[in-house]
Amino acid sequence: MKRWTPKAIATEAKLLLIGIPVLLWTLLPVYHLFLFAISERDSATSGRLWPKDPTLQNFAIVFKQQHFYLDHFWLQMWNSLLIAVSVGAITLFIATSAAFAISRLKVAGGRWVMNLALFTYFIPAAFLAVPMYKTMGLYGLLNSQWALILAMVTIASPYCIWVLKQASDKLPWELDEAARIDGATPLQLFRLVYLPLMLPSLVAVGTYSLLLAWNEYLYAFLLLSNDRSVTLAVALGNFLAADDSPWELLMATGLIYALPPAAIYYAFKRYMVSGLTAGAVKS
Amino acid sequence: MSSIAAAPATALAPERRSLSPWQFWGRALVLPYIAVFLVFVLYPVGYGLWLARHPASYVKLFDDPIFFRSAVNTVVFLVVAINLKMMLALLLSGFFVQARWWIKILSALFILPWAVPSIPTILSVRFMLNPEWGVINSTIFRLTGLDGPNWLNDPTLALSFSMLMHIWKSLPFWTLILVAGRLAIPSEQYEAASVDGASMWQKFRFITWPSMRTLYLTSTILSMIWTLGDFNSVYLLTGGGPADLTHVLATLGIRYLRLDQVDLAMASIVVALPLVLPLVYFMMKRLSK
Repeated sequence: MKRWTPKAIATEAKLLLIGIPVLLWTLLPVYHLFLFAISERDSATSGRLWPKDPTLQNFAIVFKQQHFYLDHFWLQMWNSLLIAVSVGAITLFIATSAAFAISRLKVAGGRWVMNLALFTYFIPAAFLAVPMYKTMGLYGLLNSQWALILAMVTIASPYCIWVLKQASDKLPWELDEAARIDGATPLQLFRLVYLPLMLPSLVAVGTYSLLLAWNEYLYAFLLLSNDRSVTLAVALGNFLAADDSPWELLMATGLIYALPPAAIYYAFKRYMVSGLTAGAVKS
Repeated sequence: MSSIAAAPATALAPERRSLSPWQFWGRALVLPYIAVFLVFVLYPVGYGLWLARHPASYVKLFDDPIFFRSAVNTVVFLVVAINLKMMLALLLSGFFVQARWWIKILSALFILPWAVPSIPTILSVRFMLNPEWGVINSTIFRLTGLDGPNWLNDPTLALSFSMLMHIWKSLPFWTLILVAGRLAIPSEQYEAASVDGASMWQKFRFITWPSMRTLYLTSTILSMIWTLGDFNSVYLLTGGGPADLTHVLATLGIRYLRLDQVDLAMASIVVALPLVLPLVYFMMKRLSK
């Protein structure tokens, strides 16, 4: 243990002087959300730091769908889940095959494909949304959940391909040579050598695309409109339609909606952070 | 296959005369992404540009005062919010690399805004700012007996809160990136500087900044590109209001789209391209190495 000299105490104090405002700044909106979710309608705005009678009644109303904003809560939750899992699975398939073909099979024009993907990655999402909406209309996919799934796959896969390519470029080339000499087919190399070695990166990009789809608001609200096909994100946005919305129910629903991605994020944080930063720090 | 065995370990796959199973599978496996790109990127972008081909659309766009206001807002958003955010991230990265048990816990909490979806937290802030029941104005009333301002009804305040919302959401991510950058600097350099009696500022100026400069610039540019597409921070907090005065290009395009003025929506995007494409080109040069 180190000694508490005046200088050491001054250093700690300075660090705390940064740490405390950072903590308050970070938690304020989240705590406000939580406070509302466990407060009764009238006591929520009292300005107390902890409600007089904390209640789970808001959650009960949400789960029993006892408000017309929440008529399809479970169905919308299911839609969010279904769409997120589909996007995760399809993106994983597309990105892994592409990264394997570019990095390990050295497919002709692979560099070109990588550049197309990077270009897509750098189109601001709200800009692509306008032509995407019109095109989905031409394809006859508007209001179908496939429109949202395919749009999110389009947005998620470039980054996934790039991360997977970076990771697979680091695998030793000798492995491929050994497999080829032993007479392995490309698919055997893919299944028996490539996939097991790439597992941590696959977890990272799978989680990334799943969360991206679960969290998406703009594309979901443009491409889906039927109350029975929208995701929970769109349902939350619909609360804004009226001034006298039941905010305590909105906050309770919002909390339920935010918990799964936060839990997944923290569970896979190790993979996510190393995957993200490795790409960004590379110079 | 003897050619492979003879080739040095770092060599690329050797040339082949006909389509070998390796090249065949290479093409087959890259095909799904190419299909996605053609159908959902190339065609929509081409179609969008075709919709924006009439000069009349641009005349109409430039006659729309909302467009001019949105363009100014976008520039303010990019210049003020991003530079403020990146400077804060640079400062905080210096804080989070300190080895303390409580800073470890704090850094796990600090990432929360990035880890949760944006809608619930933005709506939470929107309700805090509600002039009648929001917690901010209730507190002002309780303390002073005065009514607080109608925060989101003032275009300057509303846009400022959108920028704060954006910073709240994405500051953790960029801090994390810059923390990784700082951790990559060998600690011997700092130790040697301490022995030579360097001050904290000198260590930053001559060790930290030179090794972080490129990363900082790349991060700023990437953040600009992403922020151009940030629809949620503005739309969910202010809805573009009051009186359509807080739109940015990201929300303006969607506004035109919903008003069924697709040509204006696409024109507003095309107008932004001279700003976006150089940034994209810069990022592609850096990342495709």
